[in-house]
Amino acid sequence: MTEADRSTSLVNLAKVNKHFGALHVLRDIDLDVTRGEVVVVIGPSGGGKSTLCRVINRLETIDSGSITFDGQSLAVEGRALAKLRSEVGMVFQQFNLFAHKTILENVTLGPVKVRKIARDQAERRGMELLERVGIASQAAKYPAQLSGGQQQRVAIARALAMDPKMILFDEPTSALDPEMVQEVLDVMISLARDGMTMLVVTHEMGFARRAANRVVFMSDGQIIEQAAPDEFFTNPGTDRARDFLSKILTH
Amino acid sequence: MSALIEELPVILGAFWLTVRLTLATAVAALVLGTVLAAMRVSPLGVLRNVAGAYVNALRNTPLTLVIVFCGLGLGLVLDVSFSESLSVNYLWLSIIGLSLYTAAFVCEAIRSGINTVPIGQAEAARALGLTFTQNLRHIVLPQAFRAVIAPLGSVLIALIKNTTIAAAIGVAEASLTMKSLFERHQEAVVPIFLGFALGFLVLTLPVGLLFGWLAKRLAVAR
Ligand SMILES: Nc1ncnc2c1ncn2[C@@H]1O[C@H](COP(=O)(O)OP(=O)(O)O)[C@@H](O)[C@H]1O
Ligand SMILES: [Mg+2]
Repeated sequence: MTEADRSTSLVNLAKVNKHFGALHVLRDIDLDVTRGEVVVVIGPSGGGKSTLCRVINRLETIDSGSITFDGQSLAVEGRALAKLRSEVGMVFQQFNLFAHKTILENVTLGPVKVRKIARDQAERRGMELLERVGIASQAAKYPAQLSGGQQQRVAIARALAMDPKMILFDEPTSALDPEMVQEVLDVMISLARDGMTMLVVTHEMGFARRAANRVVFMSDGQIIEQAAPDEFFTNPGTDRARDFLSKILTH
Repeated sequence: MSALIEELPVILGAFWLTVRLTLATAVAALVLGTVLAAMRVSPLGVLRNVAGAYVNALRNTPLTLVIVFCGLGLGLVLDVSFSESLSVNYLWLSIIGLSLYTAAFVCEAIRSGINTVPIGQAEAARALGLTFTQNLRHIVLPQAFRAVIAPLGSVLIALIKNTTIAAAIGVAEASLTMKSLFERHQEAVVPIFLGFALGFLVLTLPVGLLFGWLAKRLAVAR
């Protein structure tokens, strides 16, 4: 990736608003993520972090404002929308691996059905990706036969199989037993090192410090402040962020 | 007993017709029921409402009415015809009636199966860029079917018994044949009845066992 690429915006949100009924979940969100950037989103539960992820790949619609991805408006429908979604990977808190498909089938489904890649080629690439996340030996098993940490690594491989321009992570380690958190974070850190553009909702400060370029603090549907990780964690600029940090630190 | 043995070819022929009625209807109802279930979860309100109205109408109409409508309404009044032979024509009309009726129950079974598929499955598929139909075909319906194999078995058993209603428009399946055998062998009404009842058990019991076994074997582990 060249320096010129690095400075260009990949996803841009401008004055984005979203309501669930009377609840104002996203309030005038302005956010820009450049190519190769790793942004960590942190903040109290119910603050709108998941919704932020979900509007970026249009799992939710927005009420006002605009979102552009790679120079294209997200206000598209049908096939164009499906194509756009295929360029933004998503990793969920609950993994959401396809329960009736094997690990390898989970990783090849998108490439074969959406990208129309030949099955044998998709399988070769799928095995490479499973190798990369350390699950290749489990390729023929079903998701329920794997541990949470293994399932989440498969979910990351499934996202990577689409060659996405960006991956969204919504609390990828929150549903894991503590001893499995690091194996997933390690995969994410290596992705960040390789230049993947990532938006990561997480409270893992270790990950934020090691891999993130920027921390965005969200509360009550607003972006309260954003800063480099070290600066944010050692010297938050707002009372609300300081309050929040003191709570998660005493845990 | 001798009457039963004497009429065995007739009885077997009648049950063979019952089996054909059942198989043809099962296939048609499975296809139509699946389409209706897909409509009931579609993002388009019109499709949802049409399918909902269909299911409510057919589930709450007596099957005899549906069959008689197909036989007399479609067959005689509207002159829908599939064959020169009158009996073949009524057979097809009864398959249509049974299928239209059974599809409503198939739809409801599959819909309840769709409700057992966690929302995250469809979301992950959407996030990969699958279209609505791809999502149904590859992710949601395969899991929904596996969850409702046992209920679909019950629908099939009900269908086997419901084929007897085709007698109402003169299709010579098992029950109509039983009636004519009663007239021919008035001394042997009880054995003939028991013979036919046994015939239905031979059809329905294995279906229940098979579907119960399949349900366990194909269950999706979560
Ligand atoms: N589909 C939905 N329908 C109604 N309310 C929702 C829905 N999704 C989220 N919410 C509400 O929106 C608010 C923000 O939710 P969310 O984005 O999940 O926050 P976070 O991920 O920061 O915990 C919460 O109050 C939540 O209850
Ligand atoms: Mg959340």
